[in-house]
Amino acid sequence: MRHEHLVTAKQLSREDVEAVLDRAARIAANPAAVRERHADKLLGLLFFEPSTRTKMSFETAIKRLGGDVVDMGSVDSSSVKKGESLADTVRVIEGYADALVLRHPRQGSAQMASEFVDVPLVNAGDGAGHHPTQTLLDLYTMREAADGLDDLTVGIMGDLKYGRTVHSLANVLTNFDVRQHFVSPESLKLPRSVRYDLHEAGAKVREHTDLETILPELDVLYVTRIQRERFPDENEYHAIAGEYQIDEETLEEADDDLVVMHPLPRVDEIAPEIDETDHAHYFEQAHNGVPVRMALLDMLLENARGDAE
Amino acid sequence: MSEHELRVSKIRNGTVIDHVPGGQALNVLAILGIDGSGGEEVSVGMNVPSDRLGRKDIVKVEGRELSQDEVDVLSLIAPDATINIVNEYDVVDKRRLDPPAFVEGILSCPNRNCITTDDEPVDSKFEVLDDEVRCVYCETIIREDLADHIET
Repeated sequence: MRHEHLVTAKQLSREDVEAVLDRAARIAANPAAVRERHADKLLGLLFFEPSTRTKMSFETAIKRLGGDVVDMGSVDSSSVKKGESLADTVRVIEGYADALVLRHPRQGSAQMASEFVDVPLVNAGDGAGHHPTQTLLDLYTMREAADGLDDLTVGIMGDLKYGRTVHSLANVLTNFDVRQHFVSPESLKLPRSVRYDLHEAGAKVREHTDLETILPELDVLYVTRIQRERFPDENEYHAIAGEYQIDEETLEEADDDLVVMHPLPRVDEIAPEIDETDHAHYFEQAHNGVPVRMALLDMLLENARGDAE
Repeated sequence: MSEHELRVSKIRNGTVIDHVPGGQALNVLAILGIDGSGGEEVSVGMNVPSDRLGRKDIVKVEGRELSQDEVDVLSLIAPDATINIVNEYDVVDKRRLDPPAFVEGILSCPNRNCITTDDEPVDSKFEVLDDEVRCVYCETIIREDLADHIET
């Protein structure tokens, strides 16, 4: 992988994905081997929105590579509160850190920020845009659980319109021999921009409003949360969201080896009774965030060092 | 076209934008920032017969040449237009439009959640696709009514 920044999942080729996942697998097998690899490196964390898993796993990842973090803290306690632009904020913090991780509520924020900095910048979620590192850990989990990333039928269900993990995943899956089925209410179908990309990539894409018809065909079911604020009224939300929840009864029609994934946090899209079944891979998916982000940071910092020499 | 059919008078020095799709002339004026208040001398023909387009619009502006930015946006709403530069009643230069790869700082992104709608030191930037344009930052695609998105 020869990228300076990771802004969108679309920039990842099949070779890039495989290189990151292979390195992540080596790190997971022998984490001690990389314990001091980036001992002098500082990762700048700029989270303009709340985050638990993503932020903590980046922090864990750089610390397990021997480095440390400098954290902007919450927006309320930073100079952003005084009206500083994002472009200024990243230009200041790049002077303190060897790489930056940015989460921001605006779409396109990571692309813009990357134009202002020389250190590697990783998009950790830009509004309803992209979340490429989530995609890498999703693929790592899928590859382990489904034994490879080719000849798979993948269902992606929930909020496909605003779900950034969905946009990134759908784009990257076009690099593999994967049949994609999208399941959502009419009002939360894939946005035009993602549809355009999938069409351009020649992807095999089918859209559905209910899971039932395609569930038996699926190797992987990727469930996402439908957010309350997407609906004008509470009753409509409950009525619609209820149709996109799964429990043991729903999965009776599924293949025994169906892999169920979720980027988390879940609310009630997946009934807790599924946690104890062999279908459940979402906690392991969250844990995989650490070796995958270690591999990615390792590669980006290596590229940056190569450029500096 | 004979003299008595000539609906739009000749100009002495300026620009004639011909072969604009019928009904787009007012959008052409919007792109040029002409609303009449600046005193510009302008002739407009709308939905006049055309061999090539069936119906076309034509815009003539006295004493004015177009900037590259204006030409770039024109190419999006009127890809078949021709630009004639007129000097002393003669056409001295005739150009077809060539859509650019990108248009910068001309269209505003309709996505209210796009970073370019914040107070950041970047211009809007759209990639020009076949029948549409796409924001380089938030990836929103605009297909219809491009002229509505011209930055004012």
